[in-house]
Amino acid sequence: MAVATRLRDLRYAFGENPLTAVAAAIFALLVLCAVFGPALVPYDPLATNSEMRMAPPSAAHWFGTDQLGRDIFSRVVVAARLDLGMAVAAVTLSLAIGTALGAIAGYRGGAVDAVVGRIFDTIMAFPLFVLAMGIVAALGNSVANIVIATVIINLPFYGRYARAEVNIRRESAYVEAARMGGNGAASVLARHIVPNILPPMMVQASLNMGWAILNAAGLSFIGLGVRPPEAEWGIMVSEGASYIFSGEWWTFVFPGAALVLAVFCFNLLGDGLRDMIDPRRRT
Amino acid sequence: MNAPPILDVDALSLDFRTRAGRVKALDGVSFQVGKGEILGIVGESGSGKSVSAFAIMDLLDANAEIRQGGIHFAGTDLIADGRVALDEMRGREISMIFQSPRTALNPIRAVGRQIEDVLMRHGPMTRAKARERAVAALARVRIPDPERRYHAYPFELSGGMCQRVMIAMALACEPLLLIADEPTTGLDVTTQAVVLDLIRDLVDSSRMAAILITHDLALAGEYCDRVVVMHAGHAVETGPIGAVLDHPAHPYTAKLIAATPSSAESVETLASIPGNLPSLIRDDLPFCRFRDRCERRIARCDAEPLPVETVGEDHTVRCWRPL
Amino acid sequence: MTALLEAKGLKRFYKVGSGRRRGTLHALDGVDIAIGRGESVGLVGESGCGKSTLARVLARLVEPSAGSLVFEGEDIGAIPLARFVTNPARPRIQMVFQDPTESLNPHLTVADAIADPLRRLARLSGAALDRRVREAIDMVGLPEALLGRYPHQLSGGQKARVGIARAIAVGPELLILDEPTSALDVSVQAVVLKLLADLRDRLGMSYVFVSHDLDVVRLLCERVVVMYLGEVIETAPAETLFERPAHPYTRALIAAIPHPERRGKHPPRLDGSPRSPIDPDPNICQFYGRCPIGQPVCAEKRPPLRPVGEGHLAACHFAGQPSSTTAT
Repeated sequence: MAVATRLRDLRYAFGENPLTAVAAAIFALLVLCAVFGPALVPYDPLATNSEMRMAPPSAAHWFGTDQLGRDIFSRVVVAARLDLGMAVAAVTLSLAIGTALGAIAGYRGGAVDAVVGRIFDTIMAFPLFVLAMGIVAALGNSVANIVIATVIINLPFYGRYARAEVNIRRESAYVEAARMGGNGAASVLARHIVPNILPPMMVQASLNMGWAILNAAGLSFIGLGVRPPEAEWGIMVSEGASYIFSGEWWTFVFPGAALVLAVFCFNLLGDGLRDMIDPRRRT
Repeated sequence: MNAPPILDVDALSLDFRTRAGRVKALDGVSFQVGKGEILGIVGESGSGKSVSAFAIMDLLDANAEIRQGGIHFAGTDLIADGRVALDEMRGREISMIFQSPRTALNPIRAVGRQIEDVLMRHGPMTRAKARERAVAALARVRIPDPERRYHAYPFELSGGMCQRVMIAMALACEPLLLIADEPTTGLDVTTQAVVLDLIRDLVDSSRMAAILITHDLALAGEYCDRVVVMHAGHAVETGPIGAVLDHPAHPYTAKLIAATPSSAESVETLASIPGNLPSLIRDDLPFCRFRDRCERRIARCDAEPLPVETVGEDHTVRCWRPL
Repeated sequence: MTALLEAKGLKRFYKVGSGRRRGTLHALDGVDIAIGRGESVGLVGESGCGKSTLARVLARLVEPSAGSLVFEGEDIGAIPLARFVTNPARPRIQMVFQDPTESLNPHLTVADAIADPLRRLARLSGAALDRRVREAIDMVGLPEALLGRYPHQLSGGQKARVGIARAIAVGPELLILDEPTSALDVSVQAVVLKLLADLRDRLGMSYVFVSHDLDVVRLLCERVVVMYLGEVIETAPAETLFERPAHPYTRALIAAIPHPERRGKHPPRLDGSPRSPIDPDPNICQFYGRCPIGQPVCAEKRPPLRPVGEGHLAACHFAGQPSSTTAT
């Protein structure tokens, strides 16, 4: 029954806004690349071939080859797994932790609110990207640390939103009714308040995904985080950037386009997702 | 009524064009207001009472369309003569006060200034003169210490005081007609009495005409001279308040009176009205929009458009089988 | 009649302001009230009188700052809110809220909303839960087809009835109703009032009916309690209160109710605003200054709640004596 409802919601969301369908299709494509990419690509993304260095796009190499002779198409497809993986992990974790912290702070108020608020303020006092750089530099260059850094810098974003929304709803009549019905603080928060604040947070999370991908790519671009010879869009753009003036455009355009497509897709999905989750938009 | 009415709404039909269809908000609504009298427009939510008032003032959204009918005010045809004329009249000849007075006032401007703004808009007037008139207006609505209250902000005043400020603003240019849209909803009952007494006194002393829109029949009973009862966009009964309350002619009016707690003796005698309002978006709206909830329904109610039956002096009803 | 619920000396204070302008708001300033089994008590007063606060203290949603609250012999006032949630008394006192739209969680269907307290307080599940939900919805006169709907798909009257179903599903002995019909149209209000009267007779519940509308209270309640600035200033059987109000404020309140028979009459009106509820002077009658009587003794000693008739108490030095704002 739940599945049927969800399918109906999907149809409604796509019907209302065709762009959502387009975004969903792109998302599906990206997920496909992430999950099955490594098994389906024509070339090994790490295999070098010094004879085929810097070859422009052709029938054999759809996106051309890079400075080490590696097939760019294969690398772009396989990189989807890493980039999407990092973004999904980072956003999911920071959504969960940030919402939990913010909700508890908003509901309890007082000392708890003050402490959590100061933690968020401290994080926000830094230019976020610089903070991320600092965290990765301190913890060491690795994919896990990129995720941790992204989670930390995103916490205030969700935490403050959750705190404000919970604060507003804390005194509302349906919360009082829930308390009359035997709900303690934890279940009031978990079952009654948070489900109502999730729709706008899901939109934020989806928009955040695009930003998280850019963040990971950005860190890799400057050499922190993912290291060569890993296939990752940011690193590929960084390596290809040296060839802007010499004309081998395919080395950075294709990975860059993949980044743009991914961010674009998540932004559009955010709206569609909200339509599905918010019961008030259903007719 | 001997003198010609100051406001004459004649068979007004108004639709709202929405994505889901046309909402036939008003259908053939007619009423008049004479000088020195308070006309009550009584109805429940969705009856069209506020829409009528907003239509007179042309304050409706762009998707509102007047299909038929006329609105004549002091000799001017408000519909045909272009709504531009209304821009001048709003605030000067016709004024309106709204529900929730604190939200209807500008929160970041002193109340005295807001009254001045109205005066200056309809000028010509100097600041000094406007200020004098503003203080006088505050005094006229019985706000104590008007010189000092001139500088107060809405949040510093109680709900009742804010409503009095709104009345002062509305009356600053001495309008011929005051429209009050549920002016006391949300106010305490003692404050409500003060505000309505004030409106009644101002109408009596200045011979201004007034329309009081309310959902409370007892309120209309105490303060209005004549009343229009509205249901689902129809003006079902019109007449002097005493006659309508003592001898209601329309089944809906009778039911509404019987459902009002102030006139009921016990919970058992409280009447409820079966059914619901018809959806006004339907294409197949019946001639009588009350017929699905009416015990006195006959074949004629389905077949012919509603008549205007006279049941007493100045007392009309739109029903084929009046009580 | 042994009291079902007895409250003595209830006080509720809130700290307001900061720094030099700190103060204590006396939302409830020593309220005594007793509700009998099967009794319907109306609680009236204007904004700021404390009736909503009192309702919430009686419902154990808010903790009193002082005073005792005894329910069926058990002192429930001392139990902290967090622990009261699991107390056996919780399902026996339930509440119906003012705004039917606000009091229903937009995320829950009608069935979920009614089932939630049943699951938690009555520990029902499965078929038994289902049956009880259906019983509740039938009792309020709504079709079972509405069980799968969300609040935004219901009309105002339907939402109000769902709120009532949710409250009575667990079988409470005391139902506290906070202005349950003030957001409804007159015709819908009539339906809900009749439903409430019917349910009370069928289920034998006691009611505490909070309202600003004295006419509604007159129809549904046997006894009326009038509040002003956190105190009870008069209490009497409903008929007595309307025919022979003793306190000048009650008289002003009754005189202000709109009624066609008062056309053209110009009774002196109660104007101005109540005194500040922050740090009130305990030696002055709270109504002094607005009261048409206002004698020197009123500024020296706060009048206690004293009997002035059969079951009739009033807090006024001049209770029962004529004042200029008399009810017609």
